[in-house]
Amino acid sequence: MSELKFSKDHEWVRVDGDVATVGITDYAQTQLGDVVYVELPAVGKQVEQDKEAAIVESVKAASEVYAPLSGEVIAINNELADAPGIVNEAPTEDGWFFKLRIKDAKQLDSLMDEAAYTAYVEGLA
Amino acid sequence: MRYLPLTDADRRAMLSTIGVASIDALFADVPKAAWLDRPVDLPPHQGELEVERTLGRMAAKNLPAGSAPFFIGAGAYRHHVPAAVDHLIQRGEFLTSYTPYQPEIAQGTLQYLFEFQTQVALLTGMDVANASMYDGSTACTEAVLMANRVTQRSRALLSGGLHPHYRDIVATHARLAGFTADMAPPDVAGDEDLSALIDERTSCVVVQNPGFFGRLCDLRALAEAAHKKGALLVVAVTEAVSLGAVQPPGAMGADIVVAEGQSIGNALNFGGPYVGLFATRDRFVRQMPGRLVGETVDVDGKRGWVLTLSTREQHIRREKATSNICTNAGLCALAFTIHLSLLGEDGLRRLARLNHARAVELADALAAVPGVTVLNDSFFNEFTVRLPVPAAPVVEALAARFILGGVPVSRLYPDAPTLADLLLVAATETTTTEDIDRFARALREVL
Repeated sequence: MSELKFSKDHEWVRVDGDVATVGITDYAQTQLGDVVYVELPAVGKQVEQDKEAAIVESVKAASEVYAPLSGEVIAINNELADAPGIVNEAPTEDGWFFKLRIKDAKQLDSLMDEAAYTAYVEGLA
Repeated sequence: MRYLPLTDADRRAMLSTIGVASIDALFADVPKAAWLDRPVDLPPHQGELEVERTLGRMAAKNLPAGSAPFFIGAGAYRHHVPAAVDHLIQRGEFLTSYTPYQPEIAQGTLQYLFEFQTQVALLTGMDVANASMYDGSTACTEAVLMANRVTQRSRALLSGGLHPHYRDIVATHARLAGFTADMAPPDVAGDEDLSALIDERTSCVVVQNPGFFGRLCDLRALAEAAHKKGALLVVAVTEAVSLGAVQPPGAMGADIVVAEGQSIGNALNFGGPYVGLFATRDRFVRQMPGRLVGETVDVDGKRGWVLTLSTREQHIRREKATSNICTNAGLCALAFTIHLSLLGEDGLRRLARLNHARAVELADALAAVPGVTVLNDSFFNEFTVRLPVPAAPVVEALAARFILGGVPVSRLYPDAPTLADLLLVAATETTTTEDIDRFARALREVL
């Protein structure tokens, strides 16, 4: 399993060849509280780095989820429709949102590794 | 909660806290040219007795709906409102409270809104209803906006049997919000074929049942045609009492049902405030506008109510909210719920049958007037007649005889000369046989 990369908007990315799996971080799910709904992009949609790609709703807030990389959506996590709580239970595993075919691998350089993201989150406290 | 105006001492304390010498000083930034340097041009104040006399003289110029044979409908109907409704809604806890912005402390308000939603869902044959909207016409526009979101399309098709005011309000939003509203021509004959006009760009088809001209239609084929092209069927109802007799839109394949709820529990009120009903299918609930009350349990396991799915709303979603309406017509919705609760299911059915029976009696009486043709082959409590002359002057002549004899279609379609001879007439449970006789007699004299 490859290591995770992180965006400043609290999305994570796991790269496998030219496919990136995207979700929200443990920090993000903790901040949101109980997730009650996730609105995912349509398969086939082209998303752009840092542009809105999904919406996650908790009991008290709704937040946009931004695409950490540009690319085409090739899969979405349909499990979340019936069990959005997976996002709270396993944000970086079963709670993934969507998979992208990466358009420009160079964009990966703009993301943080785990140590940098941990430091970034500590800076927010 | 009482409204307590400020005392002079309060004002002085507040001014001294913020360090301003006078209230006028607060307006120092307003250019002097914009100041009014003389008293407001209004008559001097009067005592209560004089005010009553003046207003009484002004009111006497009206011919009130309650004091004349009354056949006006076209989206607003004179029904009997039981005294219990007005008595109960005037309780201070109901009368003075606004839509719940601090909802959990207003369990009583949430509970009646929950009951209201349940009644609306049952009446319309839908899964879920919101806590009400301003009125039927704005609810109709919200339905179009919602259909645009659900389908990701921006072209609505509006029936010629939809109330012209409802069409106008959709058109206004279309112009300003940047979507297309295709208007079918006024459908007097009831033979429009909207199915043929639906294509892959159509977000929704909006029809009214009973239609503006009074006709009832079976909407199942239209629902199927819309769904085949991925469009939604929006059904508007302007006479809520009809739902006691007519098959609910939900049973005919509607995706969104909107209605004017005035007929149940609410007086004519000179055209407002009214109450909009809005109901849809479970799968579209996240795209629904308006406030929504849900049932839950508190920490002790007791039944309670909360505002739910609030993430659709403006205070959380800002510009991405499903609607910029973040309120509801609470008191009118309460009146609706109390009246409907008093009627019960059986009572509503009987009320609807009575309305229809009165309208049948009216149709027979008018059809017997020489030169008058009843155009409808079906109706609930309102229908269209063709007169041998333009309808508007006839209605004026009837009013001079103290009869409020319906709505000339030209009032709503002023630019359609072919519709000038048409008159919409309605009867309700308040219509007596004597009213109908007087109307028919007067019409004979006028024509």
